Amino acid sequence: MRPQQPAQARPDVRARQSGQARPDGTCTVTFDGRPLEARPGQTVAAALWAAGVTAWRTTRRAGRPRGVFCGIGVCFDCLVTVNGSPNQRACLVPVRPGDVIGVQEGTGRDDD
Amino acid sequence: MTERPRLAVVGAGPAGLAGALAAAARGVDVTLVDAAGRPGGQFHRQPSPALGAPPRQGHTWERLRTGLDRHRVTHLTEHHVWCVQRDSMSFLVHALLGPAQDEGVSLRADAVLLATGGHEYVLPFPGWTLPGVITAGGAQAMLKGERVLPGRHVVVAGTGPLLLPVATGLAAAGAEVAALVESADPGAVPRRFPDLLVRPDKLAEGAGYAVRLLRHRVRILTRHTVVAAHGTDRLEAVTVAPLSPGGRSLRILCDTLAVGHGMLPGTDLAETLGCTLTGTAVRVDAEQRTDVPGAWAAGETTGIGGAALALAEGHIAGRSAAARLYGRTPDPAGWAPAARARSRLRRFFAAVDAVCAPPPGRAGSVPDDTVVCRCEEVTAGEVRTAVSTLGATDARSAKLLTRAGMGWCQGRMCGPAVAALTGCPLTPGRRPFARPVPLGVLAALPDPDAPAP
Ligand SMILES: Cc1cc2nc3c(=O)[nH]c(=O)nc-3n(C[C@H](O)[C@H](O)[C@H](O)COP(=O)(O)OP(=O)(O)OC[C@H]3O[C@@H](n4cnc5c(N)ncnc54)[C@H](O)[C@@H]3O)c2cc1C
Ligand code: FES
Repeated sequence: MRPQQPAQARPDVRARQSGQARPDGTCTVTFDGRPLEARPGQTVAAALWAAGVTAWRTTRRAGRPRGVFCGIGVCFDCLVTVNGSPNQRACLVPVRPGDVIGVQEGTGRDDD
Repeated sequence: MTERPRLAVVGAGPAGLAGALAAAARGVDVTLVDAAGRPGGQFHRQPSPALGAPPRQGHTWERLRTGLDRHRVTHLTEHHVWCVQRDSMSFLVHALLGPAQDEGVSLRADAVLLATGGHEYVLPFPGWTLPGVITAGGAQAMLKGERVLPGRHVVVAGTGPLLLPVATGLAAAGAEVAALVESADPGAVPRRFPDLLVRPDKLAEGAGYAVRLLRHRVRILTRHTVVAAHGTDRLEAVTVAPLSPGGRSLRILCDTLAVGHGMLPGTDLAETLGCTLTGTAVRVDAEQRTDVPGAWAAGETTGIGGAALALAEGHIAGRSAAARLYGRTPDPAGWAPAARARSRLRRFFAAVDAVCAPPPGRAGSVPDDTVVCRCEEVTAGEVRTAVSTLGATDARSAKLLTRAGMGWCQGRMCGPAVAALTGCPLTPGRRPFARPVPLGVLAALPDPDAPAP
């Protein structure tokens, strides 16, 4: 898929608060507004990969899609917006029930 | 001294764990600090608790894991150390907490053991920034820690001993590994036999991987290299070319390329502390001491050589630190087996390194429009212009002129490629901090000269 879809306008904070893990250990998060099944504690990158998503950022200069590269927190290619905070490393940040995950465009800040 | 001396060990991989246990067993008050949520480092990376999977088995791992409890080592998880400072009396270890890394803590210790491992590097080729192209170690880390694959059809490529376990692991996890592309020449191996045979077990380990790959029907191409990755928004295929004259290139369909050209020592903390490096690795003596009094280093921080070498070095460092913290001169006879393993493994991996050097000249000859610095999207052509018309004579000035290496990763990924393009040897990064540090954390730092809490 292309990550250049419009990012979510504002994170829905209520979605996070109401999010809970199910008895089978799974939970729901959203990626670009789409619900995804995830496991609390797995990394955001793992949840996205498991859902078939491999790109969730566009670069500042050329607007090219990026996802995981180093997998261990060194390269910063996997930056993602989680619950409104941009520049989170998807390969490090654990999923919490109800997380609102969004494509990060450029620096992820409005002033870019 | 009435109180037990304190040792801070940074890094809970094989080197840090072995060092922590050796020192704690000898009466030292050890705090083990690691960025990850679980101990193990890269080699013993444990599955995420979210998976509910059983921990990885293995005699060595079992010994390390149970040792942490038995010796009452304090283990601080999710502590990203960004700087280690030394004052006249002791050390201050500064860390950022949790995945958010916006809050800081500092801890004091009488000595430190730096065991921060290393990271893999990839030399650029057209298409290497496409989603689906990942580092070989990254594929392994995601598989070991999270049991996920980015696709189904994988090519594993580059050079070095890490490719074998990665390809084997991916195949065993159900991926279709279309090819293992290794640039090294197997014909160069016999010449190194005298050095390689000092650890026949390691040679057998490599052969074992090769047998398993053949059983999974993985095609192994040696003296070949990936020259391009294709796709628009995602990897669709790679072009593999022979390195010897006369052969034909081939195109292999794949949705994942796991690629690596070797590893580099992680030396940021040692550098902020003022430790001398040799080449790109922290320099240590026979006791694993750096040239900064009170600072030891072990594992891949001091040179790349795998988990068994990291264990041996960590063990020696821990014993040396324990003796010296109690004011004694250590007796190296006590760690003779570890010292023997260390010298053999260093010799073995020097030979592996000689066989698995990335093909010379390749990184310097990538097309102009290939992105070299992934963070700042600087192309090979821009770096070449900085050299030829703007007069950059080394990687440092090329960096200032192009911004290559000035982005988020601080040149950790593009360093080797920029060095190749400028025709200079790779030099250490000289980063001010090992992690990007929020200003609020900097402002709230404790005064190192204040009396110890
Ligand atoms: C991604 C990757 C995957 C690998 N997979 C394998 C494999 O499957 N098989 C194999 O044989 N070899 C593998 N290796 C090689 C591996 O590096 C060695 O075999 C071995 O793990 C080295 O041990 P070490 O103790 O020196 O470092 P590591 O095992 O790398 O441990 C270093 C530890 O330090 C921590 N750390 C680093 N910097 C900081 C900091 N600033 N603050 C706090 N903590 C920090 C890290 O979180 C890590 O836990 C891999 C390497 C990489 C980079
Ligand atoms: S993939 Fe490199 S930092 Fe996350």
